[in-house]
Amino acid sequence: MDNYRSHVLICHGTGCTSSNSNKILDKFNEVLADKGLTNEIKVVKTGCFGLCAAGPIIVIYPEGTMYYRCTPEDVEELVNEHLINGKEVERLKVAGNNTSPKDFYSKQMRIALRNCGNINPEDINEYIANDGYQALGTILTEKRDPDAIIQELIDSGLRGRGGGGFPTGLKWKFASGNRGQGITKYVCCNADEGDPGAFMDRSILEGDPHSVIEAMAIAGYCIDAHQGYVYVRAEYPIAVERLQNAINQAKEMGLLGKNIFNSGFDFELDIRLGAGAFVCGEETALMRSIEGKRGNPTPRPPFPAVKGLFGKPTILNNVETYANIPVIINKGAKWFASLGTEKSKGTKVFALGGKVNNVGLLEIPMGTTVREIVFDIGGGIPNGKAFKAVQTGGPSGGCIPESLIDTPIDYDNLVAVGSMMGSGGMIVMDEDTCMVDIAKFFLEFTVDESCGKCAPCRIGTKRMYEILTRITDGTGTLDDLQALEDVAVALKNGSLCALGQTAANPILSTLKHFRDEYVEHVVDKKCRCGVCKGLLNYTIDKEKCVGCGMCAKGCPADAITRTDYIAPGKKLAAFEIDSSKCVKCGACMGTCKLKAISKQ
Amino acid sequence: MSIIKLTPEEQATKLEAVLSKYRGQGQKALMATLQQSQEIYGYLPLDVQKKVADALEVSVAEVYGVVSFYSFFSLKPKGENAFSVCLGTACYVKGSQALLDKIESSLGIKVGDCTEDLKFSISACRCVGACGLAPVVLVNDEVYGRLKPEDIPGIIAKYKEEA
Ligand SMILES: Cc1cc2nc3c(=O)[nH]c(=O)nc-3n(C[C@H](O)[C@H](O)[C@H](O)COP(=O)(O)O)c2cc1C
Ligand code: SF4
Ligand code: SF4
Ligand code: FES
Ligand code: FES
Repeated sequence: MDNYRSHVLICHGTGCTSSNSNKILDKFNEVLADKGLTNEIKVVKTGCFGLCAAGPIIVIYPEGTMYYRCTPEDVEELVNEHLINGKEVERLKVAGNNTSPKDFYSKQMRIALRNCGNINPEDINEYIANDGYQALGTILTEKRDPDAIIQELIDSGLRGRGGGGFPTGLKWKFASGNRGQGITKYVCCNADEGDPGAFMDRSILEGDPHSVIEAMAIAGYCIDAHQGYVYVRAEYPIAVERLQNAINQAKEMGLLGKNIFNSGFDFELDIRLGAGAFVCGEETALMRSIEGKRGNPTPRPPFPAVKGLFGKPTILNNVETYANIPVIINKGAKWFASLGTEKSKGTKVFALGGKVNNVGLLEIPMGTTVREIVFDIGGGIPNGKAFKAVQTGGPSGGCIPESLIDTPIDYDNLVAVGSMMGSGGMIVMDEDTCMVDIAKFFLEFTVDESCGKCAPCRIGTKRMYEILTRITDGTGTLDDLQALEDVAVALKNGSLCALGQTAANPILSTLKHFRDEYVEHVVDKKCRCGVCKGLLNYTIDKEKCVGCGMCAKGCPADAITRTDYIAPGKKLAAFEIDSSKCVKCGACMGTCKLKAISKQ
Repeated sequence: MSIIKLTPEEQATKLEAVLSKYRGQGQKALMATLQQSQEIYGYLPLDVQKKVADALEVSVAEVYGVVSFYSFFSLKPKGENAFSVCLGTACYVKGSQALLDKIESSLGIKVGDCTEDLKFSISACRCVGACGLAPVVLVNDEVYGRLKPEDIPGIIAKYKEEA
């Protein structure tokens, strides 16, 4: 390998890049060059380390010291102290923000993320040095029987990580017929990442693009396909750039293209950019989009394995699904099947976000409980607030309340509690999160994203959104709750694709677990979290008000006027708010120095 | 995506280069052609859509159908300073709606619109992958994280000065 005495790994995941990790990298190169150390110390940019909340993160090897919240101004000190004097910079080892790195990593198990944060994603040699392309190489040089490889995948128990959880090996088997007869087939990768609060697939593409490329070539070999497409969102420029760079490097080294490993097997791989339509994550819509059409789903059957992209047999898998495959081939189905629960093998990557201390990217063995994720790995809820629920499965999923917090995570358990695995978004909510508002948030998303092809979805999502708007405005009735449930059934039964079929899940699950909050909105006209503006009332406590009038000056609605009442001990008359004029902007609360204004 | 400032002539030359790359390739090249055309203009005016249709030999209706289906394609120009508020779930539960409200009231326009002088526009986006910094607002390519509504006037002022 190389002869550097130290390696400085700088996170270039999206989170850390957003807080200037590229400037840190430039600074390192500058300072090291100044001191003539470029031959001794190598600076490497990596993918996401996981603990994004404490970013930008730097790790220095061989010690493996992790430094958090670094800035370009810290670089000089890191070089002088750590790299020259051999003394760790203690102040940068504190992750801050209540984050606790030790717990964050100890319960994780990284398979799909094995290389994220460990290698430079822009250098194929680093992937190769970490067993990269070993699986593809072995298969091709030994000319392994494709059916045996597919059987291995079936035995491993790997299920699709894009949400549905369909057994991957079986999917490949369905598309593997008629090999060697010159039939055109395609291998596709779903990197559309539609869940609006998630960034797992993006992080894999940014941190370890070759793992996906290698697995897609293996898929091509197994079903006798020679062309692959990765469908990535155009909104992910870094992922697209690193993936394209990786494809180019693989081509240069003969790991893609003609006659790979001298085996006679050809496989080409190209990127197709999505353009911001959630429904294009659905498999048939995705294929229409690659064909250059509007992304409207088409009925199944025919299934893509029979008639997919351009009418040819096609397999489509998710990014994380692919990332697992080279490891399964290298370590064997038995090993993989020994991890996880009875029906959900291996691990799952989650993007943990929301009201939790250790926001970031994590990978846990199936069977880990929600409590372990939120309180051990996640480090608990910030600001001493109480946990309320986690949401998984994005707009198709549901929430898991505190009473079910010990649920071990796997495909079937999550469905049983009214949510779903989804692709891996996990949002933590605390006591200040209004569950009716969250349901409305997701419905607004599905109304936006429904492709409009079928009436139950197009109209049903709109109806439900209108009802939720009424409820959060304070004009809802108890009948509305029943109406929500009725529309939900119609949607589930009448929609063509899973977008419509599952669109009501966020409502149904919050209605099930937090019905009292809905009833409060409707009957008491109260939002206990103070989120739903239509139900808020701002009032001035006349006993505290000194009559300074600051609030009235800042009120955009002229809703605040002086009364005749002077509180004991005060010199000026107090103000009051005319709630019929108030637009609930909250400005007055911020301006009152005496905290005389409250909202309820 | 940042706004690239090109003269109309430069834009036309670049567009011609894109169109000649995909000429005659039909529908399957439509997405890529539109994506690259939008990069040049910042949006997809009707005459550009017509040129794309001609080059790929598909109907204008087909092109418009695709442009209007995908939210990434824009029929309106963006402002010189494009504010984009993350309404991904992680940012939403941390209060990004209040940031959007504040930006709207400060600039006096609604989400999806552009100020008359074309200096500012507001849009909403979904998770930008920086949930660790939630709630997040992007201005052009710059990411502002861990924001409170009170931080917004300062950010706007910064761009007003530059403008
Ligand atoms: C509306 C909708 C959106 C979807 N979005 C995604 C997505 O963003 N990423 C993904 O991998 N799968 C998504 N899926 C699931 C895919 O249709 C498909 O099942 C999956 O990509 C198959 O790969 P897997 O078996 O490896 O999970 C979505 C499905 C629906 C109905
Ligand atoms: S269910 Fe909704 S998104 Fe799916 S095809 Fe029908 S209208 Fe389109
Ligand atoms: S909340 Fe806003 S509109 Fe209402 S009284 Fe206070 S400042 Fe005026
Ligand atoms: S992006 Fe740097 S730790 Fe996640
Ligand atoms: S939800 Fe806003 S950055 Fe992820």
